Amino acid sequence: MAVEHDTSARFGEYAHPERLVSTEWLQQHLGTPGLVVVESDEDVLLYETGHIAGAVKIDWHLDLNDPVQRDYVDGEGFAALMSRSGITRDSTVVIYGDKNNWWAAYALWVFSLFGHEDVRLLDGGRATWEAEGRDYTTEAPAVEATDYPVVERDDSVIRAYKDDVLAHLGKPLIDVRSPEEFSGQRTTAPAYPDEGALRAGHIPSAQNVPWGKAAADDGTFRPLAELDAIYRDGAGLSDGDQVVAYCRIGERSSHTWFVLTHLMGFEDVRNYDGSWTEWGSAVRVPIVQGTEPGEVPAR
Amino acid sequence: MTDSALPEALVDIREEFLALDVRNRLQLLLEFSNELPELPARYADHPDLLERVVECQSPVFLFVEVTDDRVHLHATAPREAPTTRGFASILAQGLDGLTVAQVLDDVPDDYPQTIGLTEAVSPLRIRGMTALLGRAKRQIRERTAGA
Repeated sequence: MAVEHDTSARFGEYAHPERLVSTEWLQQHLGTPGLVVVESDEDVLLYETGHIAGAVKIDWHLDLNDPVQRDYVDGEGFAALMSRSGITRDSTVVIYGDKNNWWAAYALWVFSLFGHEDVRLLDGGRATWEAEGRDYTTEAPAVEATDYPVVERDDSVIRAYKDDVLAHLGKPLIDVRSPEEFSGQRTTAPAYPDEGALRAGHIPSAQNVPWGKAAADDGTFRPLAELDAIYRDGAGLSDGDQVVAYCRIGERSSHTWFVLTHLMGFEDVRNYDGSWTEWGSAVRVPIVQGTEPGEVPAR
Repeated sequence: MTDSALPEALVDIREEFLALDVRNRLQLLLEFSNELPELPARYADHPDLLERVVECQSPVFLFVEVTDDRVHLHATAPREAPTTRGFASILAQGLDGLTVAQVLDDVPDDYPQTIGLTEAVSPLRIRGMTALLGRAKRQIRERTAGA
């Protein structure tokens, strides 16, 4: 049974306020039957240094990615992960993490590929939890394995492949990488390891909205009016648009996918997880360099 | 693995990791992370001397000292980056006191891939440690060039 929603007034303006919980809400609901808290970080050891009591860890490299193919785990792999994490199909899952919930949003997106219904983000993630002086523990949670069904992953609605993006050209694209990556000065995020792309630049017509713009200085999501200013006024999105977001490997863009879908209410947003590491190495796909979006080539 | 020239401290570290299952390797990495010493004051006051390792996801800075042909690696990384701190700590302990020749000739560039952490932290993340080692060696070459 789903745990009650966080009815905090500040979430009320978002399209799907049920996708967020506040730190106060989480503190009050820790231990509620049916609630599983998941930590998902960039740093694979951060959880071990201290985590919210009872939270389980899900790592994007080790748990969500297929170890051989460049893909996510399949239905059986996801079911096994859920089982060992103590999550049932009707659990309420609250995910939080470091870096403005960057990886938490990525995990939420993967949960959504498997249609896990009730999955929410902790607004502000670790940063807010810490700033408020709330407790961490290093005690491992007692997890009882569950019987999670094997559900086939559905890539058709919120995931875009390269060919989908080629067919999408002419409709809105949001490139959430840094301006340096967008313009083609570099192929990796500043201070990030090279994950390999042979060419630099961006997909023609993409608007550059670095993912972190959606977060306020304290790590929580910006109010709707500010999001509108960024994505509608700034990047030209309007109601009814079909949107594809991409970055370098699909993690930063899943954060933007969350914002566009759950906070702003766009109904057809897909995350292109192949992103620049695929596009920038693919043969004969169009690329634009420089700070302007550029034109979609005639076909 | 038979690389008899590999310095003993690095052999010991590798054996320690390989003796553990993957989960406990992470715990050991955390212990290393906690053991990373603070920078000596002479570097803490001179951030300009430290070199940023841009291949690492977190801000990590290192400086290699060579005194009387002996190598000492100093590094600093924030508490929120325990994995990177762990990588730096392994190298700081493993290389400390080795001769220049030992580090350059007997420590293979792919040492980070051989200590069982690839499975524990993922191949992509281990690249950060490989980059640390590469930069440490480069600094040593620079400091001893023409000596």
